[in-house]
Amino acid sequence: MNYMPKMDRRSFLVTSAAAGLALGFNIPDNAEAAGMQTGMSAQLPAQMPVAPEINAWVVINPDDTVVIRIARVDMGQGTLTGLAQLVAEELECDWSKVTWDYPTPGLNLSRKRIWQNYQTAGSQGIRQSQKYVREGGAAARMMLIQAAANEWKVPVGECTVDKGVITHTASKRTTTYGKVAAAAAKLNAPAEPKLKDPKDWKIAGKPVKRLDTADKITGKQIYGIDIKLPGMLNAAIRQSPVIGNKIKSFDAAAVEKMPGVKKVVQVGDDAAAVVADTWYHAKTAIEALPIVWEETASNKVSSETIAAVLKEGLTADTKFVGNKQGDALAELGKAAKKIEAVYGYPYQNHAPMEPMNCTALWTADKCEVWSPSQNAETSLAVCAAASGLPVAQCESYRMSLGGGFGRRASSHDFVQQAVLIAKQMPGTPIKLIWSREEDMLRGRFHPISQAKLTGGLDDKGNLTSLHMRISSQSIVANLIPQLLKDGMDSFVFQGLNPGGTEGAFGYDIPNLLIDHSMRNPHITPGFWRGVNNNQNAIYLECFMDELANAAGQDPLEFRRKLMAKFPKHLGTLNAVAEKIGWGTKPPEGVFRGIAQHMGYGSYVAAASEVSVSKSGALKIHRIVAATNCGHAVNPQQIQYQIEGSFVYGLSALLYGECTVAGGKIEQENFDTYNVMRMDEMPVVESIIMPSNDFWGGVGEPTIFVAAPSVLNAIFAATGKRIRTFPLKNHDLRSA
Amino acid sequence: MVKLNINGKTQDVDVDPSTPLLWALRENAGLTGTKYGCGIAQCGACTVHIDGRAARSCSVPVSSAMGKQITTIEGLAVNGKLHPVQQVWLDKDVPQCGYCQSGMMMAVAALLKQKPKPTDADIDKAITNICRCGTYSRVREGIHAAAKA
Repeated sequence: MNYMPKMDRRSFLVTSAAAGLALGFNIPDNAEAAGMQTGMSAQLPAQMPVAPEINAWVVINPDDTVVIRIARVDMGQGTLTGLAQLVAEELECDWSKVTWDYPTPGLNLSRKRIWQNYQTAGSQGIRQSQKYVREGGAAARMMLIQAAANEWKVPVGECTVDKGVITHTASKRTTTYGKVAAAAAKLNAPAEPKLKDPKDWKIAGKPVKRLDTADKITGKQIYGIDIKLPGMLNAAIRQSPVIGNKIKSFDAAAVEKMPGVKKVVQVGDDAAAVVADTWYHAKTAIEALPIVWEETASNKVSSETIAAVLKEGLTADTKFVGNKQGDALAELGKAAKKIEAVYGYPYQNHAPMEPMNCTALWTADKCEVWSPSQNAETSLAVCAAASGLPVAQCESYRMSLGGGFGRRASSHDFVQQAVLIAKQMPGTPIKLIWSREEDMLRGRFHPISQAKLTGGLDDKGNLTSLHMRISSQSIVANLIPQLLKDGMDSFVFQGLNPGGTEGAFGYDIPNLLIDHSMRNPHITPGFWRGVNNNQNAIYLECFMDELANAAGQDPLEFRRKLMAKFPKHLGTLNAVAEKIGWGTKPPEGVFRGIAQHMGYGSYVAAASEVSVSKSGALKIHRIVAATNCGHAVNPQQIQYQIEGSFVYGLSALLYGECTVAGGKIEQENFDTYNVMRMDEMPVVESIIMPSNDFWGGVGEPTIFVAAPSVLNAIFAATGKRIRTFPLKNHDLRSA
Repeated sequence: MVKLNINGKTQDVDVDPSTPLLWALRENAGLTGTKYGCGIAQCGACTVHIDGRAARSCSVPVSSAMGKQITTIEGLAVNGKLHPVQQVWLDKDVPQCGYCQSGMMMAVAALLKQKPKPTDADIDKAITNICRCGTYSRVREGIHAAAKA
């Protein structure tokens, strides 16, 4: 089959230029390239090399280097490399010649969202785009081979390709992707490219190194906070420390004469900012700025008042049921033995190492932002809304992220503010950087939660009934209320659902009731790595241990009896049990705990070994972690995500809590919001066990089992069942 | 205007001597490889060398760095050759997001200068930089590998 030449792509260029999408770069001949950001630099060269775009995902240069377009963003989790591997696998190119580009959201919009979803959250980068990016790679390969066959005037079926070198088998003629790319770019795309069987993968599925490391080791990598633009000024901000309260007044004259200060401005209705020559000058001045804040009922809110509100929800009437089997409440009344426990989980801050920041340039007919965002399309939309300009006159350039963990997806407040400041200084680029203190006070916090669990055992110690009542703050109600159904938020049941890919309950309990009371304090919630799975896994997996203990049974065997219908859940649990040597004697003074959970499409389990000294000091020696993520696109990156999940999850368990007094968050920096360091890092042994029959996520799942596996080991070591967190608030000396 | 010796070159930097060295490096000398993380010497993202020793530059005023040799991540490689720590970091894919790694590598390079063959206990004591991505296992491996290099 030969492909027909496709429509002249210049017609697109003309259209997009007319729509104002020339983006300020002098590249009228290649607007597609103009929208691209090569590698890590946001400042584009004045002229981009004109290279043939085979399709949206693949550009091939005459020197055979391959540029793979990446819609999702890398914030350390490795999705960039994984997605490139999937495209390269189908493309059959030379991996050593692969580089990458981030197409901007403005370009995506002008090309009818050809790169589809930019959202990089919910461990979805690979699992939700794998099919179309692989098809992009496969289609490009077919077009390139076709172009060679056309040139040689031979049937395409007589040509093969290996590492970007095309061979006509009969005549032994060869050519390369770089030589036929221009011709291939003129062909129409095949309708339904056939994808490889993953068992034939040569690049995907392999532990190849990341594509984006080189600049990170020399200081050259440009994160959002590092950008420099001609004539740029810097802004520092103070927002109402009581979230939701407005700014009443501020005394600009008090700081206007301080060094470097250019302007003092109000930002929205709850913040003021100082614009100065340097950020240090801006920060010094904003700290000195007298501000009067509104006082509201929120000023009277404290951790204690929030806890009381949640506690009321543990016994209140609710109609919102997430999972139900039989009649748990009736059967609990008949149980031979009834066990009850109340748990609680505190607010957490994401605290990515790079504080929130965004640079904006506003003029009457254009607004651009340089934004480290987990969803550049949202960044663009927020930019447009704040600028007062049509979205076609706006652009959001994609900056490297110094961590994200959900903060840079939950809210683009930093983008909105940068634009609102820049709008007050037309024509001047403004770089807004939040201080760490602003980042801590005005986070999008892991929601606060409590749960009351009641379990019933029969006279043989079998679990016959379980009621789990969660009383918690809803992220969805605050951030995406349109997803509420009859005022109820189904996200609160992550990992507890009766089936589904996003978080299925893994136990067969004849009488089960899991329900929810929504209680929403004024503290703004957000999606924090692992989201509601974090507390749900602690509640369920620690309570399973409590039930096993009450039944006088081994925690592993107690679980196994309930898991026959859930072979994938059981698979990872068995894998960690075997590797840690469950049932064998641990080293002297060391105790074990185990946990499993399913969420974001993947099945995870962990077994931990800990010791607790006579003085109550906890040492986590070793953690074995198993992940079944369906297909393992890059086992090395998966291992790193597993290790990183323990650091993030155990930081929260050991130290993490944001408390509230006088309506404001009390922790303002790492001195009061401590996190795990090197000396506390346990040995992590990863078991990556893809069953190759589904696509699951990787960035988050392991975090679910970090805390419960350690907590269950602490119980084994001390007899103490910790039900509120973090551990720093507890005396772990043996009871 | 103050004179600072940064990465082997003495240069005039237009900054008040009370300014934290971090901001003088980033904003006045244009070296953004050194990162801001906390501003209170907790996280180590801003670690540089002053006369060969690791210092958290957010909490060092420019005045106390005057007349001393300041080395930033941009000056860790010598004559285009990566420092052994950088080479190991590259070979082992140590960074994830990478934001903390400038400071991490500077802290590690200073440790190796003082203790060319550090034990795990030495590492635990000396390397207290925060990494939220959680690269600690590979940082430790990397230190031992760099010590052998």
